[in-house]
Amino acid sequence: MTFAGVEPKETVSPATAGEVAALLRDTSGSVVPMGSGTKTGWAAPPASCDVLLRTGGLDRVTEHEPGDLVVVAEAGVRLGELQRRLAPYGQQLALDPPEPDATLGGIVGANASGPRRLRYGTVRDLLIGVTVVLADGTVAKAGGKVVKNVAGYDLGKLYTGAHGALGVVVSTSWRLHALPAARTAVVAPVESAAEAGQLASRIARSTLTPTAVELRWSEGHGELVVLFESIEASVTAQSQAAITRLGRGVCADDVPEWFGRRPGGDGDLVLRLAYEPFALPRVLDALPAPAVTTASACTGVAYAAVPAGTDLAALRAALAPYDGSAVVLRAPGALRAEDHWGPVPDSFGLMKRVKDQFDPRGRLSPGRLLGGL
Amino acid sequence: MNQQQHAPVPPDTGGPVHDPVRAERLAARLRAALGPGKVLSDPAQLRTYECDGLAVYRVRPAVAVLAGERDDVVRTVRICAEEGVPFVARGSGTGLSGGAVPVADGVLIVLSRLRRILDVDPDNARVRVEPGVINLWVTRDAAPHGQAYAPDPSSQQVCSIGGNVAENAGGAHCLKYGFTVNHVTGAEVVLPDGDVVHLGGTAPEHPGLDLLGAFVGSEGTLGVTTEVTVRTIQAPETVRTMLVGFHTVEDAAGTVSDIIAAGILPAAIEMMDALAVEAAEAAVQCGYPEGARAVLVVELDGPRVEVDALFTQVEEIAGRRHAFEIRIAADDAERALMWRGRKSAFAAVGRISPAYYVQDGVIPRTRLPDVLTEMGRLADEAGVRVANVFHAGDGNLHPLILFDDKQPGAAEAAEELGMAILDLCVDAGGSITGEHGVGLEKKGKMTRQFSADDLDTMQLVRCAFDPAGLANPGKQFPTPRLCGERPGVRTAADTHDPALGEVF
Repeated sequence: MTFAGVEPKETVSPATAGEVAALLRDTSGSVVPMGSGTKTGWAAPPASCDVLLRTGGLDRVTEHEPGDLVVVAEAGVRLGELQRRLAPYGQQLALDPPEPDATLGGIVGANASGPRRLRYGTVRDLLIGVTVVLADGTVAKAGGKVVKNVAGYDLGKLYTGAHGALGVVVSTSWRLHALPAARTAVVAPVESAAEAGQLASRIARSTLTPTAVELRWSEGHGELVVLFESIEASVTAQSQAAITRLGRGVCADDVPEWFGRRPGGDGDLVLRLAYEPFALPRVLDALPAPAVTTASACTGVAYAAVPAGTDLAALRAALAPYDGSAVVLRAPGALRAEDHWGPVPDSFGLMKRVKDQFDPRGRLSPGRLLGGL
Repeated sequence: MNQQQHAPVPPDTGGPVHDPVRAERLAARLRAALGPGKVLSDPAQLRTYECDGLAVYRVRPAVAVLAGERDDVVRTVRICAEEGVPFVARGSGTGLSGGAVPVADGVLIVLSRLRRILDVDPDNARVRVEPGVINLWVTRDAAPHGQAYAPDPSSQQVCSIGGNVAENAGGAHCLKYGFTVNHVTGAEVVLPDGDVVHLGGTAPEHPGLDLLGAFVGSEGTLGVTTEVTVRTIQAPETVRTMLVGFHTVEDAAGTVSDIIAAGILPAAIEMMDALAVEAAEAAVQCGYPEGARAVLVVELDGPRVEVDALFTQVEEIAGRRHAFEIRIAADDAERALMWRGRKSAFAAVGRISPAYYVQDGVIPRTRLPDVLTEMGRLADEAGVRVANVFHAGDGNLHPLILFDDKQPGAAEAAEELGMAILDLCVDAGGSITGEHGVGLEKKGKMTRQFSADDLDTMQLVRCAFDPAGLANPGKQFPTPRLCGERPGVRTAADTHDPALGEVF
């Protein structure tokens, strides 16, 4: 198989962290780690791939003490499988990226999130410990398996979203949350971008505590979903209060089919946008007209499918006043790293120094990161 | 020193001799760059800055710079970089692990005059501040908009946001809301070579490596922050607080476990044992239940209907665990009193002991009963009294080790016990620090929690940010290898600890 259009010379599937370490210690070529391969387009294609390192063999849930609300699991464990194992204890890892079969390592590497980030945050908020294998085969851990811990640098943050370019994540520990007892969604129509902003703001500036507020947007109108997940009495009262605040909407037992899915199909250019939350209407207006967008309406993150020929530089310039960025998740053709990630910030020199320290020979996921790192 | 929190044993050092000629030359250069009135080099004036909240570690810097604006910090760091002089940033100086203790012959950069709130943006739920701004001021300025800044260390009336960022400060409410790192979206940072970079920003995420995530909690070893953007939260519709008295510590710990097992995530669950309660009563007359072996403060917040239902459930859980008194705060004044007892507990211990020493360890929550039993055994063996205050919801212990500093050997025994308790935490699968940081105090314990490879890997970050090792050297890590040195060759272990110079 190819990886983001690059043909690996060799594919390996180690079964233990020790085997990953041996591989990196005993070889010198470029290595690109991959879980289920659901997000290979989320970073630029690798400059080379001598070894495609599939992490699916690292599939053990190594510790779960329900009373501590903590789980330790290897990088190749699939999120869905982990959730199935936690559910009987009334627990969940509160991450909901929609990619089917995504592994924990892949979710960390790509920093994937979903609608419930509004309540629970993202990988950086839930990952409490991590073990990686470095470019020279060193096995190193950071963090631990307690939710509160400030000993040493928090390298888990650095590995999150690094696409394996600093080290191969082999094990992860996570803070868990209780599964909610009940859920209700409020679904409301939205007639203009300005209105989308107003409605999102009415929820954001209220004392309501939704787990997600999602907007589906295309052709100048859309649908807003406010999801409440708590005890029965709370979701009933809060959904009624939300309808009152919005001045519209109906309750639904479940979310619409589009909820939490990334928009777009084959041939689309799919983007991940981040911006100041209040800029939502201006971001919607900046997208080219045929765009289909799903926004986490109160957090400042959206996913947009835009036509293949969209002028990314112009779009990025339009988002810049809102501290905005647009990163390509899927492209119909090959893109340069610069087009993939956008311009580099003033901290890029520092990012390069970090990469050079962790991977002096540039063998891990070469060229995948911002600025071609 | 009496009735003041401190670590008992001054570090052993044969530090370098203060070099007055070099110090005066450095001060002159800084004065020329910053103007007069911002550079202190008179030993008498420098005394104020010799220590932070962990008063036993005292080092006099060569120079202290009282930065009045951002560019003072940039100029100072550039001069330090050119001269190869180490520097330490200091906020309010309330840290409890010695993280802001100066370096002898180095520069202390005092940020407490950088205290402007630059922007309050309720629509985006962001507040942008200078590093010397006091934690509580952020909530004060966000409150008119119905918002609040969640991290609430007990010192929140005096501690600074810059210090909070350095230490990744927590607080009683981080069980539900997370720590500083979960609430900082951006920082302007002066790197140790004097370059200024912007990490993160106002958007929730940014392309590229999450350097901000690594910077928060780096205890001043990666640079100095000159501006911080934090996220605010909506203040909850309702807050309800109860104080629960138990006849045994086990019942209190069991109640904590049962609350969590029921799927309830309180805003805070705090626990105090009999000795801590006695001290708090003596200090602030907070009216805690008499005769309790353990007290819990449980706070729920959120939508009223949800909080009311869960609050009743918590009462039932506590009742099943034989709570003998459940007191519910009827109004804000009563709630404030319940918290006053808890938040004043450290200082209050000074009422019942000539001196004391605070530790900060973390254990998996389920290990609480057996770790407490073992701690009690160690304390008895050592003949030392220990008062316990915990953020019980997340397993963060704050044992307060009481001793009489007039007794020969008592301080050493207290410190020894503190370190044994940390070993207990690590052996239980926990951490040597949950929120106070490693600083000077616990850097020697890092090897208990992390392997040499783990620590060398963390050092890679240090070498990327600060290859010359000038930013707060000698803190957080035990004698790291030098940048560029091959792993495993630890020549630095033989050299003098740069963090420690003159010790009084």
